[in-house]
This record gives sequence, structure tokens and C-alpha cells, in this order.
Amino acid sequence: MKKWLTLIPLLGISLLSCEKLLPPTPADNEVLDGPMDGLSPTQLQIFLEGDEAFAEIFSPQTGLGPIFVATSCAGCHVGDGKGHPFTTLTRFGNYTNGQFDHLLHLGGGQLQNRAIPGYTAETLPPEATGISRFTPPAVTGLGLLAAVPDETLLALADPDDVNEDGISGRVNYVHPPSFFIPSVWHHSDAQGRYIGRFGKKAAAVDLLHQTVNAYKQDMGITSDFDLQDPINYAVTSHPTDPVADPELPAATVQSVVFYLRTLKAPAPRDQHDPEVVQGRQLFMDIQCGKCHIPTMKTGISDIEALSEIEFHPYTDLLLHDMGAALDDGYTEGSAGSAEWRTPPLWGLGLSANAQGGSIFLLHDGRARSIEEAVLLHGGEAEKSRNAFQQLSVQERNAIIQFLESL
Amino acid sequence: MKPISILLFWTILIQYLGAQTPDSLGANKDAVYQRPFIFEGQKGNLTAAVGGYLEANTNYFSTDGVSEGFSMEMRRFNIFLYSTLKERIKFIAELEFEHGTEEIALETAMLDFELAPALAFRAGIVLVPLGYFNQNHDSPKWEFIDRPLVSTTLIPATYSDVGFGLHGTIPLNSLSFTYETYLLNGLQDGILANTSNRTFLPAGKNEERFGEDNNGSPSLAARIAMKKRGLGEVGFSCFGGYYNTFKKDGLRVDEKRKVFVFAFDYNFSFGKAKMLGEAALVKTEVPSAIGQAFGQTQWGIHADVIYPIWSGGLFGWENVKLNAAFRFEAIDYNVGIFDETGGNIGDHLLAIVPGFSLRFSPNTLLKVNYRYRWDTDLLGNPAVKTAGFQFGMASYF
Ligand code: HEC
Ligand code: HEC
Repeated sequence: MKKWLTLIPLLGISLLSCEKLLPPTPADNEVLDGPMDGLSPTQLQIFLEGDEAFAEIFSPQTGLGPIFVATSCAGCHVGDGKGHPFTTLTRFGNYTNGQFDHLLHLGGGQLQNRAIPGYTAETLPPEATGISRFTPPAVTGLGLLAAVPDETLLALADPDDVNEDGISGRVNYVHPPSFFIPSVWHHSDAQGRYIGRFGKKAAAVDLLHQTVNAYKQDMGITSDFDLQDPINYAVTSHPTDPVADPELPAATVQSVVFYLRTLKAPAPRDQHDPEVVQGRQLFMDIQCGKCHIPTMKTGISDIEALSEIEFHPYTDLLLHDMGAALDDGYTEGSAGSAEWRTPPLWGLGLSANAQGGSIFLLHDGRARSIEEAVLLHGGEAEKSRNAFQQLSVQERNAIIQFLESL
Repeated sequence: MKPISILLFWTILIQYLGAQTPDSLGANKDAVYQRPFIFEGQKGNLTAAVGGYLEANTNYFSTDGVSEGFSMEMRRFNIFLYSTLKERIKFIAELEFEHGTEEIALETAMLDFELAPALAFRAGIVLVPLGYFNQNHDSPKWEFIDRPLVSTTLIPATYSDVGFGLHGTIPLNSLSFTYETYLLNGLQDGILANTSNRTFLPAGKNEERFGEDNNGSPSLAARIAMKKRGLGEVGFSCFGGYYNTFKKDGLRVDEKRKVFVFAFDYNFSFGKAKMLGEAALVKTEVPSAIGQAFGQTQWGIHADVIYPIWSGGLFGWENVKLNAAFRFEAIDYNVGIFDETGGNIGDHLLAIVPGFSLRFSPNTLLKVNYRYRWDTDLLGNPAVKTAGFQFGMASYF
């Protein structure tokens, strides 16, 4: 019999419901990755090249190591979000006579705690006194942060606390790498140092600096910008892995920089929820917004979509003394060891989706909740933290709701 | 390997064609024609046979709402060459063309030399007896378009290797026991030196294994199985050996590291339903320096159920069979907990595949599959969801 004919309508129904059978597209404000609006088709192509390079997993055959921390950018900055203690970087050094020594001859300032088969991974040398662990931050919206002119940071800084609010805020002056090309608005000090703005200590002057360092220090990948693999001085003074250097052309590094520049800014959620509205007000009232500045503006940029844009990162990109509890005795550039760059709070609510289902906040991931992160604020943020502690439970929750909406 | 397999293919083809040219004995220049299968052929005894299969399909998949759209895939075109010159000497070769000529591989080229049914000698490029799928991977045998993930990403099917060994069948009433065991060159450094950021056996299939072992110490594979007539078969198999290049030019350059795979497979008929599947456990010695992304323990399973729901005549074809099929798959590429947090290491996946197949003959079928797959990353973040539809055909020829 033609019983099978009954299958035709069945098949038809299933085809009609095809779309329902496919996984839904998450809302734009539920994910961190994706390009910003307003990019041209050519720009989108470079973005995609950078995206691919950012996700590329390196192997010993493609240049990984010989010592490394992780095998891809995306392995640490998961979905462009924050990372996990498993991919935490360890940096170390030693204070001698008030001078910080990065112990380069012992494999400092960064520990490469993993190695390709047949090589030996680094371990912390006994000389290291200042040891700091850095959880990978999210990399979204960095193009906007990179396009804020130095004057803005200098205007926000108050190194001597002239306004007597207990919050100073300094820029970190660092020696730029040889390949750094300053733009018209970059400011340098008398010693030829430039203002750093990326990294936990604001030690990288721009995204190229950060990216070249990440390739080399985090994965052992050399590029046209830096031709030497990291060395484990405990076993050899030769940096060789089996792959000829440079392991990556400048063009690939530049496409990754372009990708970072054009990743969209995290989009907030529930902005009209009354609790979120109340939380935002309280956040400003108790001076959180003095460091976590809600609004910044970019200068003129070569990428139209980044030019003169107002955006809401909740950072001032400045260093603040955060008190003894957060002082690891480690530093970079002209930053003090208790000083940390205010991290942007945008995208905070999506952290758990990249950190393995729970959250690890502050520079080393020690805070397991937003509340704990706030309570660990000290130093310049002490007044603000005390004010937070004095709020009612409902008010504190409102602030947390607000931070989760970002 | 590619050029070698092409060369082999042409050599065989030319000789095959050569068989039709008039015989000219003696002269050294004609040595290429002085071959037993040609003599036999000229006597009218065709000793060699050619066969093969072809599989092609369409794909429409979407991952978390992003789709690459609709595409067609020419998966495989495989050619078999079989020959038996004397009753108990058999030769079989399989040449695989994957995605057109993107990947050409000599999957099998082996000689069987039977002393007794319970004792046969086998040598050449053999399909490693690890689980069920590896030796039984021809698409026309399967109702599903994609191969089982446990069979291709833990057991690295299709895994063939140069080997020497023994096999045989021992009947006992309605039961029969089979065994196979081979010495092989084994998997190589790619198990860790790969771009998957995980312990990954398929990346250990270095083409050089057909020429020489990377560490001079062979691996061993064995499978024993019990079959009951009319019911089905269960098999246990294992594979193990050193996989890394620990010696170069006689110098010891690394520690020796072993990999083991244990597999269980079954294949039953219960009434009209057919059930089959396999499970694998992989144990790999991993240097701790490479980090916990590379797991020491991995496991996976797939379980298929196939049920005929209709049979009859269709478009003038007799005895066409419509089957409903369902597959479940689970794999954990990294069993363990993070040193840093004490939390579970992720890197696992689940998949289900409901589908239908329409078999026009036992050797030719159309397949429709729907596939839903949940991939959890190393850190255990919310799973990436991929789903889609596939339509395919496969046939022996
Ligand atoms: C081993 C993990 C790891 C890898 C691999 C890694 N990163 Fe990072 N990334 C970090 C950590 C930790 C920081 C904070 C570093 C610091 O403070 O100096 C960071 C910081 C950054 C920043 C600065 C973000 C900010 O807000 O200041 C950028 C940009 C960045 N990484 C890009 C990359 C790129 C591009 C790659 C690949 C070439 C990469 N990272 C590879 C862990 C990693
Ligand atoms: C003096 C400047 C300052 C003030 C005031 C301040 N913060 Fe912070 N905040 C920081 C710095 C710097 C860090 C990073 C510290 C670290 O990584 O160890 C930080 C980290 C955080 C983090 C963790 C972010 C992450 O990604 O890990 C949260 C959440 C936070 N602050 C919320 C608040 C709230 C809420 C207030 C008001 C009660 C506040 N902060 C006041 C400077 C400040």
C-alpha cells in the first residue's frame, strides 16, 4: 500500500518547523563577540581575518612555545570575555633597593608555566618576591578605549589629589616598544615614556604592543615585531623551537589588532528595570563612578565607526592605589605595586558565560562574586567601599543588579 | 603519501589494461606483463575484481543562530581491489578519495594467507581492529550521514597502519569466536602536538607511519569477538604502545609515553530492531608541563537503533525498505579537575541524530538526518549548540 504517502505531509511539517529545530540566535546583548556597527565590507573582511587569527590554536609545528601559557588568544579570552584561573598569567620580579627588577635573566617578568613535549616549563625562581596573577580580561570595546586621547586621561588624573576626595588616579608612563608609532595625540614625558592604558597595570601603550607581547609571552609565537621566542633560562639560553622565526607575519598581527579595535562594545541589558535605575544612582552617589567613570568620548579616528563616539565603559583608564590587600609586591612601568588600572565594568554581567559558569573578579580572580570584589576595594577606594557596606541589603543588591546589567 | 597512492593506482590500472594486450613471453622489456594475474586472465580465470562505494550529501547547519548556509559535500569515493590467486591467499586494497581529490589515502592494502580457518596470517596496510566502526566504515552500511564521533575522534577511524599479525575464527555450536592481533607502527606525536588544544588521537595518524615507526617500538592491537548466529556480536578490543619520538639518531630526547585505547562494541538484532554501538576509553601519558588542556583520560560512546517502518514496492523498485534510525553520542575529551579551582574540566559533547533511511537495495540508500549537538568547552561554559539537516546517498558499486 501507499502508506508511505502519509510521510510526505509529515516531512512537510518537519521542514516547515525547520527554523524551530535550529538553535536560536542569542540576543545581541547576551554575547560579547561580534563586530561593531558601521563597518564597511572591507573592514568586516579584515575583522574576520583577525577573528580567525585570534581563534587560531598553535601547535609545536606552527610555532607554539617552546614555553607558553596557552595555545590561542581565544583560549584565554573565551568568546572575547574574561578568562579562568586555568589560563591565568603569573608575573614576577623582585624589589631591590627600591628598584623593581623583572628578573629577565631568570625568565621574568612572565612565567611560562607550560612547555611543548620534550621541553621544560618554567617554575618560579626563589629570587621572585613580588608575584602577581592576572586573570584574562574581556577584550570587547577596546577600540573605543584605544581611541580616547591622552589629554582625556591627563585631565581625569589627579595624582596629588588636589580636589581632596581621597581619589588620586595616575597615568602609567612606560617605555614603548621600538615598533610603537605615536599618533598626534599621544603624550610623552621628559624621559620619552608614553602613557600606558592596556593591561591590569596599564603597561601596554596600545593594542599592537599588547598583541605582540601576548603572542610572544603567552604563546611563544614570534612575529615580524619580535623575533625571539621566550627562553627558559633555567635550562638553556637558546630560545629555539622547531619553527623558523618569525612564526607570524606582521599582517596577521595587524589583522588581530584591527579585530580588537572593531569588536563591539558590550551592550547592556534591563536598563529600565527600576532596581537597575536605583543601582546606577547609588553607584554614582557612593563615588564608585569617580574611578569607574560611566562615559568617555573618543577623538578623531582613522576608523569612522570609532571617531568621536560617546561610550560607557565604567573606567578612567588610570591607576589607583587599591590598598595593602591588593598589593602583590609586583609592578610594571611607573605603577606602584598596590596600583591597578580601573577595569572597565561593561560586560561584567556576562562574565560567568566565559569563566566556566561562575565568576572570578579582580586582577587575580580572587573575588568570587561582585559583592566580594567591592568589599576587597581598599586604598583610594576605601571611602567608597565603606559607603557600600553601610547601604541596606536592598540597596547593595540594586548596585549588583545594575552591575550585572552592564 | 598522495603521490605514492596515485602512482600505485595507475600502476595497477596500467597493468590491468595491459592484461588485454597480446602475450609476449620472455623478453625482459615485457616483464611488466609477466605477472600471474595476467596469465590467469588470459586463461580465462579472472582473479581480480574491482568495487567501491560513493557517498555524497547536503548540509545545512546552524551554530547558535549563525549558519554558513546550504552546501553540498562529496564525502568519499572509494575503490576496492580484490584478488585471489589461490583459494587461501586473498588480497584487498582500498583507495579513498575524500572531498574530490582533497585527501587521497591508501586505506587498506593487505594480504591474507590462511593456514587454517583458525589461523591466518595478515600483512600490509591493515584496518586496525579497534571497535566496530573502524573496520566497518563503508557508508552504505550506515543509516547516518556523519560517522560516530567516538569512532572518529577517540578511536581515530579510519585508522589503518602497517601491520603484521594473525586472525582466525573458532566455531563452537551456534557461537563463533574470532580474534585478530597485529603489531603496528602505531600513532605518533600528533596526539599532543596538534591544533585541537586537546589530546587528540586522530592527529597522531602521521602519514610517515606507513614507512617507518617514529620511535622504533611497535604498538599492538587486538580484538576478540563472540558472535551468535541470528543474534549478533560483541567485541572487545585494545590498542597500545609508545607514541612519542623519544629517540632521535640513537639519542634519548624525551621520556617514553604510552597511549592505550580500550573499546567495546556490539551489534544485535532484536526482532525487527537493530542495535549497534561502541564505547571507547583512551588513556594517554601526558607530560604535566603541557598543561591540563591535554587530558589523560577520555571516553565516548555511540548507540544506534534502527527500526524498519515500511517495506514494499516503490517507483518500480521491489522490496524497498524505510527505516527509522536514532543515534545518541557522548564524549568527554578530558576527564579531570582543574588544579587551579578544583572544578570539573569541560571539553565534552553530546549529540542526538534522528533520521530516516530509504534502502532501495541492501547496497544503495538515501538518508535524511537531523542532528543536534551540544559542545562544552574546556572551561565548562554554556554549551555551543549546533543543529542542522542533512540529506545524503550512499551506494556500493
Ligand atoms: C594565557 C592567557 C592569554 C593569552 C593566550 C592571551 N591573553 Fe590577552 N590577556 C591575558 C591576561 C592575563 C591579560 C592581562 C594582562 C596584563 O595585565 O598585562 C590580557 C590582556 C589582554 C589585552 C588588554 C585588555 C585590557 O583591557 O587592557 C588585550 C588587548 C589582549 N590581552 C589581547 C590578546 C591577544 C590579541 C592575544 C593573542 C595574540 C592574547 N591576548 C592572548 C591573557 C591571555
Ligand atoms: C579608587 C578607584 C575605585 C573606586 C572608587 C571603586 N573602584 Fe572598583 N575597581 C577599581 C580598581 C582599580 C579595580 C581593580 C582591582 C584589582 O583588579 O585588583 C576595581 C575593580 C572592581 C570590580 C571588579 C571588576 C573585574 O572585572 O574584576 C568591581 C565589580 C568594582 N570594582 C566595583 C566597584 C564598585 C561597586 C565601587 C563603588 C562601591 C567601586 N568599584 C569603586 C577602582 C575603583
